[in-house]
Amino acid sequence: MASLKELRARIGSIKSTRKITSAMKMVAAAKLRRAQASAEAARPYAEAMRRMLAELAGAATGEEGGPRLLAGTGRDQVHLLIPITSDRGLCGGFNANVHRLTQQTIRRLQSEGKTVKLLPVGRRALNYFSREYSNLIIDKVIGVSGKTVPFSAASSLGDKINALLEAGEIDVCTLVFNRFRNAMTQVPACQQLVPLVMDDTAVKSSASDTAGDVAQYEFEPDEATLLAMLLPKNLQVQIYASLLETAAGENGARMTAMDNATRNAGRSIDSLSKVYNRTRQTNITNELIEIISGAQAV
Amino acid sequence: MPIKVEIISPEKVLVSREVDMVVMPGAEGDIAAMPEHAPMMLLLRGGVVSLYENDAVTDRFFVGGGFADMTATRCTILADKAEPVSEISIDNATAQLEALTEAWDKADKSDMSRLDVLQDKILAVRAEIEAGSSH
Repeated sequence: MASLKELRARIGSIKSTRKITSAMKMVAAAKLRRAQASAEAARPYAEAMRRMLAELAGAATGEEGGPRLLAGTGRDQVHLLIPITSDRGLCGGFNANVHRLTQQTIRRLQSEGKTVKLLPVGRRALNYFSREYSNLIIDKVIGVSGKTVPFSAASSLGDKINALLEAGEIDVCTLVFNRFRNAMTQVPACQQLVPLVMDDTAVKSSASDTAGDVAQYEFEPDEATLLAMLLPKNLQVQIYASLLETAAGENGARMTAMDNATRNAGRSIDSLSKVYNRTRQTNITNELIEIISGAQAV
Repeated sequence: MPIKVEIISPEKVLVSREVDMVVMPGAEGDIAAMPEHAPMMLLLRGGVVSLYENDAVTDRFFVGGGFADMTATRCTILADKAEPVSEISIDNATAQLEALTEAWDKADKSDMSRLDVLQDKILAVRAEIEAGSSH
């Protein structure tokens, strides 16, 4: 049985932990709202971009030797994986889920005899993968999550991927990140960036659009030039969207994790207080018994 | 009959309303979107997008390059960067221009694609300064 002093110290320390976790929960909730708002504000651009791309790709198909971003290099040997995590921990299984999915993917690709390269985004992913796969890491991006995500972060990452692709160093590029479903649930998912997977729904909706207005689109300059400009932009937009989802998901996950931690702290304070009170009572009883039996002996 | 114009930057939607005419800086020359215009997709250079209502300019926005998607009833402008002309910071733009000019001087003159990119950026920033100072 722990002494009263020890119990008091433990209760005190859990109380201050609870204060910290509940403050972190509040902060995460406030940040989540902001992150969600910016994720929503970025959606119209991505949608308009998808619509234009579907239109253009439809017009430009059939041409041989399309841009690499759309068609890939024609090979399937070197895979670039981009795990996107937060810079800071204390957000439950949020980062671990991405790590696990990435690791599974790496193992699967390697067992198929493919070469895997890594470009971790976020300090957590960098630390995790530099332990086991440090020889696969070709580049890194840190310091983008947490604060408001600037578009320049996504565009520089997009340019990097594009440069690697043009140099023929990678054939396929895939993002691994947490899809934001709601504040409680984030689902880790892979999204292939290169070669571009055309969204079926987008293509269909644009097809029905064009059926409505019969006239064909004119392009200025020609389709190929426009496509060559639009594709890198689309890459950036997709990366930007995933960065925003990660930012929102991180705060959502942290909010949930901290809520649980606060509740657990409360529970252990309760049980420790019970032990403390009982110990105190036992001590008093013992003292009384000693006094009484002493008095009786006289 | 009005046309619906949307100016969208990656971060947010700047404008979404109905106007009579939109004049925008196409890569191959300025172009106006009016109702019943043939559907068209074009590349934009850095410059000013003007919204017209009743034959007068009601709003001017600076866009730093991007794309436009025109149909008979709407005009969607996807700008890399967009802001109202009244909010342009000339100091910022001048600093950018200096940085770009330096990059131009250092750049490998045989790398045409890099030079092209730099040139487009320099032209866009010059257009920004011009738009900001004419305001």
